[in-house]
Amino acid sequence: MQSGLTKKLLVAAVSLSFAMAIPVAGMAGDTIKLGVAGAQSGDLASYGLPTVKAAELVVAQYNAKGGINGKKVELLIEDDVCKPEVATNTATKLVTDGVHVVLGHICSGATKAALPIYKEAGVVVMSPSATAVDLTKSGDYSNFFRTIAPDDAQAEAMVNFAIGKIGAKKIAVIHDKGDYGKGLATIAKGMIEAGGKAEVTLFEGVTPGAVDYSAIVQKIRRSNADAVLFGGYHPEASKIVSMMKKKRMKIAFISDDGVKDDTFIKVAGDKAEGVYASGPNDNSTNPLAIAAIAAHKKAYGEDPGAFFENAYSAALALLNAIEKAGSTDQAAIIKALQTESVDTPVGNIHFDAQGDAVGVGFVMYQVQNGKYVVVK
Amino acid sequence: MDYFIELFFSGLTRGSIYALIALGYTMVYGIIGLINFAHGEIYMIGAFTAFIVATVLSIYGFPLLAIVVIAGVAAAVWSSAYGVTIERLAYRPLRQAPRLAPLISAIGMSIFLQNYVLLAQTSDFIRFPELIPEFAFMEPVAHIVGSSDMVILVTTAIVMIGLTCLIKYTKIGKAMRATAQDKTMAVLVGINVDRVISATFVIGSALAAIGGMLIASHIGQINFYIGFIAGIKAFTAAVLGGIGSIPGAVLGSMILGLTESFATGYVSSDYEDVFAFSLLVLILIFKPSGLLGKAEIQKV
Repeated sequence: MQSGLTKKLLVAAVSLSFAMAIPVAGMAGDTIKLGVAGAQSGDLASYGLPTVKAAELVVAQYNAKGGINGKKVELLIEDDVCKPEVATNTATKLVTDGVHVVLGHICSGATKAALPIYKEAGVVVMSPSATAVDLTKSGDYSNFFRTIAPDDAQAEAMVNFAIGKIGAKKIAVIHDKGDYGKGLATIAKGMIEAGGKAEVTLFEGVTPGAVDYSAIVQKIRRSNADAVLFGGYHPEASKIVSMMKKKRMKIAFISDDGVKDDTFIKVAGDKAEGVYASGPNDNSTNPLAIAAIAAHKKAYGEDPGAFFENAYSAALALLNAIEKAGSTDQAAIIKALQTESVDTPVGNIHFDAQGDAVGVGFVMYQVQNGKYVVVK
Repeated sequence: MDYFIELFFSGLTRGSIYALIALGYTMVYGIIGLINFAHGEIYMIGAFTAFIVATVLSIYGFPLLAIVVIAGVAAAVWSSAYGVTIERLAYRPLRQAPRLAPLISAIGMSIFLQNYVLLAQTSDFIRFPELIPEFAFMEPVAHIVGSSDMVILVTTAIVMIGLTCLIKYTKIGKAMRATAQDKTMAVLVGINVDRVISATFVIGSALAAIGGMLIASHIGQINFYIGFIAGIKAFTAAVLGGIGSIPGAVLGSMILGLTESFATGYVSSDYEDVFAFSLLVLILIFKPSGLLGKAEIQKV
């Protein structure tokens, strides 16, 4: 009885998969299939749903002007609930359905679990939101791209700026002992030491809220550092900067986006002048971003959610690459992504050999005349 | 050697900052044996008052010296009013209660005042105007000791000497000492104990307010929480020096400030608190009443 049931089920499953496979095979030549994977239900749905809407808007826009090279774009939307174990099923489903490229996944863990399946199937994947460093930097996934800066991008931006632009040879790395500040400072220290172009002369944490930072400032001076990298928030930064000015120190002070805040300028006043701080690219004046947000409001009647601009940009980049490559062949798409720049809401981007977007991420700001301005 | 001198002065500045607050702790404890945990909040309110007055006056274009004097007086008066009110509301009704009750009441007052300022003012950090100018004659040594450090050092010294004289040589000082020694007996010889205690709170709060103004000007920023952290350190300093003793509070503050500064300079600022509190533990093991505290029999 049991074996009979199993056999029946097997037959049913096989016939079902044939039934599904036939239309897929039949349509393969007619449309470009863009898979969208990510959290679309569950408690992280608010991170994934804006990506679906971004894809819908971009696809509608492409189809309105006749599709890509005469082919309409078709959306295949699959939910992974941001869970790695579900994401593998999601990926398998999308691959079975014959996707050409995938926009997703949303969470780093789910993305990492799904990537081997796409890689084997030769599908290019682009995430708007997965920031785990090793997704690109490990070099394991040549088919993975993203339109968001990886977790270590900020430390990298700070270190590159200190060494490349300021020309610092000796750097004092200071942090506020907190998760964010110390984490950032530790990554930056590792990068400076690995780079070999400069040395870390001091690596220390200050106690937030302490009444006086003159001792640590004297120590920075004694270390002969020619730049200070600070990981932390603006109250400590403004105290250290003020104390450095009071002690007549003129070395560069480079900090993070916990300091790239107007409150910092307000509290530190004229002492803030000349301070560098990294922060995310400002897209608010980008006409494509304004247009994308307006389109979202028109279509859905509300402001877009998390990672919308990144997802919109990723969809544009993927479809543009297929258009430029003239095929859905993996190698051709990857080549187009790396060589063809595309205008998106997050700026004019292309991708480096590891898959990170060039032109997305952190830029350096400097306080000039009481305002943060981008340092070119 | 230069580095040592730099650290020494940075430690002295820290110590003076602690001392200005610690003096208030130690005075109140000396007279009524209460650890006034709301003292740090009085300091914070003093800084806020000075900030508001100084901002208003600078809008009207007052000269800097006038701003400092008026803001200082206003902060002292306002904070004293708070100090006396706290004593009336939170401590006086509990004077006959077991020792733990006023302590809890003090902690409650501290939490209340923090949140009151948070709601009445703001949770953000506010820029505090520089009330102490950079003196031209300090310029050659500015990299070691700045003008505001100097002003704080001098103020602490004046305050300590003034307080000692007040307690030793004036009538109210004599009444304070009498109250500290035996409250009941003081009443019997005709001392108005309530008034003496109120006077103690006025003096302690005014000192905290002046301290708040100078320290906020030195640091350049204030928010509702500054009193808590500074208060804990100042309390530690007062215990270190022997709580109840005025020279002890200053000595304890200086030792604490110098320890933190040298620990930061020669070891690591990651461990400045470790050194400061290890020192406290060591001193309390060998001299439980603090460096200059009187080893008296448990009075309260």
